[in-house]
Parts: sequence; structure tokens; C-alpha cells
Amino acid sequence: MSPSVRLQEMIRVIRSARTQGEERGVIQRECAAIRAQFRQGDNGGRSHNLAKLLYVHMLGYPAHFGQMECVRLIASPRYNEKRIGYLGAMMLLDEKQDASLLITNSIKNDLSHSSQYVQSLALCTLACMGSAEMCRDLAPEIERLLRASNSYIKKKAALCAVHIVRKVPELGELFTPSARSLLSEKNHGVLHGAVVLITELCERNPDTLDQCRKAVPELVQIMKGLVMSGYSPEHNVAGISDPFLQVRILRLLRILGRNNDSASDAMNDLLAQVATNTDSSKTAGSAVLYETVLTIMDIKSESGLRVLAVNILGRFLLNNDRNIRYVSMTSLQKIVQTDHNAVQRHRGTIVDCLKDQDASVQRRALELSLALVSAVNIRSLMKELLLFLSSCPPDLRAHTTSGIFLAADRYAPSQRWHIDTILHVLTTAGGDVRDETVPNLIQLITTASELHSYTVHKLYRALVADISQQSLVQVACWCIGEYGDLLLKGECEETEPVQVTEDNVLDALETVLQSHMSSPATRAFALTATMKLSTRITNNVDRIRSIVSIYGSCIDVELQQRAVEYNALFKKYDHMRAAVLERMPVIDRNSPGHSNGDISAGVKDSELVQVKKAELDRPQETASQACDLLGLLGDADQPSQPNPVQPSAMPSSAPPSMGGGDLLDLLGGLDPIPAPTAPVYEKNGLTLTLQCDKKMDTAVTVTFTAFNSSNTDISSFTLQVAVPKSVQLQMKAPSGNAIPAQGAGHVTQTVLLNNPNKVNLKMRVRVQYSKEGSMCQDVLQIDSLPAPAWQ
Amino acid sequence: MIKAILIFNNHGKPRLSKFYEHYTEDTEQQIIRETFHLVSKRDENVCNFLEGGILIGGSDNKLIYRHYATLYFVFCVDSSESELGILDLIQVFVETLDKCFENVCELDLIFHVDKVHYILGEMVMGGMVLETNMNEIITQVDAQNKLEKSETFIFQSPRQDR
Repeated sequence: MSPSVRLQEMIRVIRSARTQGEERGVIQRECAAIRAQFRQGDNGGRSHNLAKLLYVHMLGYPAHFGQMECVRLIASPRYNEKRIGYLGAMMLLDEKQDASLLITNSIKNDLSHSSQYVQSLALCTLACMGSAEMCRDLAPEIERLLRASNSYIKKKAALCAVHIVRKVPELGELFTPSARSLLSEKNHGVLHGAVVLITELCERNPDTLDQCRKAVPELVQIMKGLVMSGYSPEHNVAGISDPFLQVRILRLLRILGRNNDSASDAMNDLLAQVATNTDSSKTAGSAVLYETVLTIMDIKSESGLRVLAVNILGRFLLNNDRNIRYVSMTSLQKIVQTDHNAVQRHRGTIVDCLKDQDASVQRRALELSLALVSAVNIRSLMKELLLFLSSCPPDLRAHTTSGIFLAADRYAPSQRWHIDTILHVLTTAGGDVRDETVPNLIQLITTASELHSYTVHKLYRALVADISQQSLVQVACWCIGEYGDLLLKGECEETEPVQVTEDNVLDALETVLQSHMSSPATRAFALTATMKLSTRITNNVDRIRSIVSIYGSCIDVELQQRAVEYNALFKKYDHMRAAVLERMPVIDRNSPGHSNGDISAGVKDSELVQVKKAELDRPQETASQACDLLGLLGDADQPSQPNPVQPSAMPSSAPPSMGGGDLLDLLGGLDPIPAPTAPVYEKNGLTLTLQCDKKMDTAVTVTFTAFNSSNTDISSFTLQVAVPKSVQLQMKAPSGNAIPAQGAGHVTQTVLLNNPNKVNLKMRVRVQYSKEGSMCQDVLQIDSLPAPAWQ
Repeated sequence: MIKAILIFNNHGKPRLSKFYEHYTEDTEQQIIRETFHLVSKRDENVCNFLEGGILIGGSDNKLIYRHYATLYFVFCVDSSESELGILDLIQVFVETLDKCFENVCELDLIFHVDKVHYILGEMVMGGMVLETNMNEIITQVDAQNKLEKSETFIFQSPRQDR
């Protein structure tokens, strides 16, 4: 009789249940029977009962009462009971349960059992759910097993050791010597386990990393053996000899060769050999090639090898198999920061992948395209991205819109293009944009003063066409309110002017006010815009007055308050109306009161502010903005005080806030100290200056600016930066690579440094450029960065 | 590291679920449901990689799946595993099951869940790939089964109550 026939009977019964309720009933009866039998301590059927319980657990029903049974079964001398007991332990127990401590002793005994299968059960369970205390207790046992003669046990012990090192990193030193010696094994399973163990040890402990570097020649030998060996039937997967082991070794070589010249040299030949000899027609070959490429890019390889690697990735991109394309884009993402130009060459293919039907491939292509945006390709790339936005799947939309905005922010070639792009995004996907878009766009519009009439015409048209996209409607209302006179004048050079009358404009605003699609914030915008128009139009002031008074009894409290105050403005303070509702001054970006609008007027209107809190137009609906303004005036010497209104208003690429400086200017006080720019390199007329801004304690933004004061142009200008080991480096794309002569232009490149260990920041910079037909290259060492603007 | 291995059918019923990180029972069931939801929406000829759901996901984790007839084999891994390698591993797993069960079908997996667990235990241990050589795995599994059978003969199992 086969051991699990009772299990099969039960499964059959469960499957024949017609409804969920019936199934629940069956399972409850079975569980009750199992519980009763556990209590009786019945010897024969225990393993079957536990097997049934595990099945029930998989279906999702509670099974915690089986935990003690697992402990008892593990302690039994019979193999099949141990087996099911350990399986139950892996599925039902975890470190948080008290019962897990009880099995520590059983595991310890089983680790020295005579049968290798019992040993392997114990190892498996320990690797799966061993807690830190269990690991500490049993580590010496595992270390002993690593040196056993049985390869079956050795490979399991190696992986168990990996789990132990993950749980208790200090025990890593215990395993290092045995791990190294395992590399001379022939059995692939053991080799695999050993490589994984060494990888884990090296990742955790830099000293071990140095020690294991000596193993590089050994690893290279093993790889060579795998690659050059002929067909070996046991490890063959689609023509490649043990690709799993090859991939693991390549990964380990990557870790060992990073930032180390001698190790990288030893690997160069091997990597070239693997890259050229591996057949990539099947998945297995592609996996090995892909790992090779990542390794080449990560270590200090020769440039020829790097070119080979990027070409392989390019070939992958053109492959028909979507999996390969996905994987190549993932790896391109990893190297786009360091080898930006190389990846740019494949931009066309990447952009084509945006049109793929597969959502995963689209997502990868989107991330990569956003990383590839630069000043040179912004127009064409943005066209593609906007096209993608109109057809992209809904879960990618929010990401796409924020990516587009960031890119437009950094590289917009002209303000009109910028405004056009944002408007396009708002009309296509207005529902998925982030909340800061509206104030950012408004701020942008105010700065582009010559485009006001163009903007308001476009927005009016968009508003009349569709009032469902809230962000678009909000911006449109604000603009119509501000620049309504330009709209009514009906002249515009840059776009077809719209002939509107005052009634049309007021109709549009009223539609927004009354539509059920408008959110309360949108209606507030519309109401304020209507009010502002009262000073900009001549004939229909009464209509405006009546609209405003209707809303004096609106249910929405915010609208009601505004309407009542506007009414008061009409009745009692009519003489001040024109002054209060005049054109807003340009909102300064990054100023602490960015979203609170009117700062420079704040001092003048401070007495008005008390009375007319609501009239100062703000894009956000927040109460007590007057207190905020006064608070800002009071705390003006701390520009980094978190803005209570909008903590995340600043786009991430904005330079650190110097807005406090503006405020201080108003008070006629201190001048903001500019960040010192130190020239670090002067030769051949090329001057390179460095400017440091300290973002936080551990993050520094360094901006390099290159000027050319000679008589000939400099082209193909590139900068490469190297920093000490513990500092993380991220290079942004340069603003360009050509510097015209006589200081007519300059190139800036931003580098973000993250210095978690607060070591002394040193940098080595390599400058490469072409002048008068010849390539020049120079390396400079910067031993200390100039002190940032404020300490 | 492999976070979880799930096998479910075209209707979402779990046939095997092995988690290498601890989650509560409710969360485990939710993960299975969410994964099924994500995977069943996929077309036939798109790539086999998915970003994970919210519960077991996070920016690091991916779902790598293969669809065979009525079953989905899903491995949830983090970024330290090679995606193409895991794809191959799923293939090796299925071929091993085929060898062990002789033309495996879904019913075999349903009625012999414990055996499937034991086979999986020889391939993946503690979230890490242990052995990928099919013959080696089958040898070990056979030896263990023999050991089990020999015990039931030596120790006559006492009468089991109904």
C-alpha cells in the first residue's frame, strides 16, 4: 500500500466538492479528525495526517495546530516520518514561532546521522527557515560538513552556509577557508555551491574580497574548461556546458574584478573568449553572453572589449525573441550611467521598442528612453514619448508623464516648446499627472511673458473642447483670469487668434463652475478667475457680480468663503478692487513661497493680507496662507525650512534653494553668498571650474563648467570622474560636447556624489577633447573640494 | 535569491506553493491570487518576465513564468538571479517532473504534492539554486524513495483507523 493513499482519498473528496461551501465543510471535518488523531498520539497514521494537513494549508486553510506534530515527527527514527516532518517544518514554522527552537536539537543530531539523506533533510530545513540563534548554534557542524567527503552533502552544506552568512554575517570568517578549498572540486554541484558561497562572503566583507582575489586564476581555469570542453552530456543545456555554473562564475569574477586592475587583467582574455565563442541562438547561450557583457562593463576592461560588449547588447536588442530584448534593455539600463554615449548609439532601436505590444518590454524601453534624454535629442525623443503616451497602458502613464516633465524641465530648447509639451501631456493624460504639475506650469507661464497671449489662446481652445481633465482646466482658468484681456483683444502672432466676446469667456468659466465633472479645487480656480476678469473686462461686471453672489450660499465651504469675500470686495472695498486683482508678478521658482504665490507683494499688502486672505490667488487650497507668508518673513534666515504647504514642490533636478536669498534681499539685508567656483584646470585655453553644493550631510552635487578662451573651437569634449571606493557616483548627461571659442559658450556637467562614510572627498578627473584636429587628454587630481555655500 | 515558487492552473487554483521568505498564511494566499491575476492577463507571445505585484514585489523583484498547457510555473526572484537562467531552470524542473512521473500531467501534481515538494527540494534550497543536472536530481530522488519504501516493509505499519 503506497504511503499517501489516505492523502489521495482526501484530495479526491475535496475535488469532488461542488461549491466553495461544500469544500470548506469537507476540509473542516478532515481537520477536526486530524486534530483528534494528533491528540491521541497515534503512531501509524501520523505522517499521512501531516501530509493531509500540508495539502489543506496550500489551499489556504489554517494549519497552525500541526506545528507540534512536525516537531514530534522530526524526532522520530523512521525516515518517511522525518521527511514529512521536515517538509511540514519548512512550510508551517518560521523563526517567529516558538516551536522552531525545539527542532534545533533534532537538526543537530540529524546532521551527524549515518544516512546522507537524513543529513540532507536537516541541511535543507536549516537553510530554509533557520533563525539567527539556530544558525549560531549549528554553524560549526555545517563547517565540518563542508569538509566531508560526500559531494552530495558538501553542496548542500555550502548553500546552508550561505543562508547562515545571510542571517549572521559575523560567521562569515568561519567559512572562508573551507569555501576556498571547495573550488578545486570536480563535481559541478559542489562547485556551484562553492561559488555562491564565495560570492556571498565577498559581497559582505571587503577583507574576504581581497583574499578571494587570489582565486581568480583558478576560476578562470574552470571557466576555460567549461567553455572549451566538447559536448558533455551530463551538464549540457541546449549545447552549452553547464550554463548555470558559467553564469555564477562570471558573476563572481565581476565582483572580484571591480576596481581592481590586476584581477581585471587576468580576466580579459577569458571574457573575450567567452564572448566570441558562445552560441547565442538559444536562451542558455544568451544567458551566458549577457552575464559576460555585464562583467565586462563592470570591471576595468580594455576599450576594445567594452566596444565588443556594447555591440553584443545591440545585437540582442535586434533579436526577435522578446525575452532577449527585455534582458538586453535591463543590462543597458545598468550601464547607461557610466557609458552614456555607447548606449546612445542604440537609441533608435530602443525607441522602436516603445511600440512593442508587450507591456514589460514597453516599460523597459520607457525607462531607458528617459535615461537617454539629452539636450541634443530632446525634440525627436519627446515626439516619440508623446506618441507613446497616447497609446501606453494605464499603469505606465503616471510614470511616463512625470518622466516627460522632468526631461522637459532639464532640456527644453525654448519656453514655447516647453509650454507646448506640457499642454500636450495635459490634454492626453491629464488625469495621471502629479499634483505639482499645475503650480509648476503656472510658474512657467508667468516667466514666459512674451508668450502670454499665445498661451491663453491655446488654453481657451482646449478648455472649450474638453473640461474633464482637471489639471488642464485649472491651468486654463488661471490663465484666462490673469490674461483675459489679451484673449479678448483677439490678436496673436504665433497662433490663430480666437475671436471671443466677453460673454463667451464668462460662459466657459461658468460651465466649469457648474459642471459635475469639476473637482472643488477646479471650481475655486474658476471662481477666482471670474473675479479677476471683473477688472479686465468692461461690459459684464454685473454678470460677474451675480455669479459671485450666487456662490455665497454654496455648500462647499471653501467656495462659499471666497464668494463672500469677493462680494465684500465689490461692496465695501470697491476702491481697492483694481489693486488687489491686478496682474501677478513673476513667481520665482524654488522660493519657499513658491506655491504661495505673491511674495514680493507680500510686504506691501501685509495689511491687506489680514483682511483679504482669500483674494491672493494661490494654486493650492490651503488655509492660513497668511500665517505661512508671515512665518516665512520671520524665518527668512533658514531657507531650508520645510515648506508647510508643499513639501515636494521642487522637481528633483532643481538646484538647491536660494529662495531665502530673495526674501533677504527684500528686507534689504544680507546678500546671499554665492557658491565658490574654483578653477581646477587651465591649459590650451580650456578652463574647467568646479562648484560644490551640499544637498545633505552625505550628498554633494558637483558642477563642472568648461570655458574656452582660446581662438579655436573645442569639440568632442568629455569628462570622466573617479572617486574613492566608498563614495557612490552618478554622472548626469553633459549639456553638450562642443565649446565655441572666445568664451562664446560653455559646457556644464553635473555629478552627484553620495558619501555615506563621510570620507575625505577626492576625485580624479579625466578630460578629453579635440582641438585643432588633435585629441588631447589630461588627468587631474582634486584632493579636496571647495567648501560649499553654507556649512 | 528566489523568493517563492508557485504552480497554479489556468483558473488560479494553487498546485504547489513554496515560499522562501516568511509571510502569514493570509498574505501567502493573497500573493497567489495576485500573481495569478497578473500572469493570466499575459498574451501568448510576449516575454516571460513581469514586474512583481505589490505584495511580493517591490522594485527589486520580478516574476519569471512559463505556461505549459494548463499550468503556470512562476518563480518570484530578486535582481541577484539571472533571468534567463531561471527560465532555463523552470525548463529543467518540468523535464525532471516528466521523468519522475512518466508523462506528467496536472493530476499527477494534484495527487502527489508531497513528491513534487521533495523533487523541488533537490533543486532549490533556501531560495538558492542547488542542483541543475537532471540525472543527478533523479538519482537522489529515487534513492530517497527507495529508502522510504524499505522502511514501510521492515516496520509493518500498524492498522490505521478510518
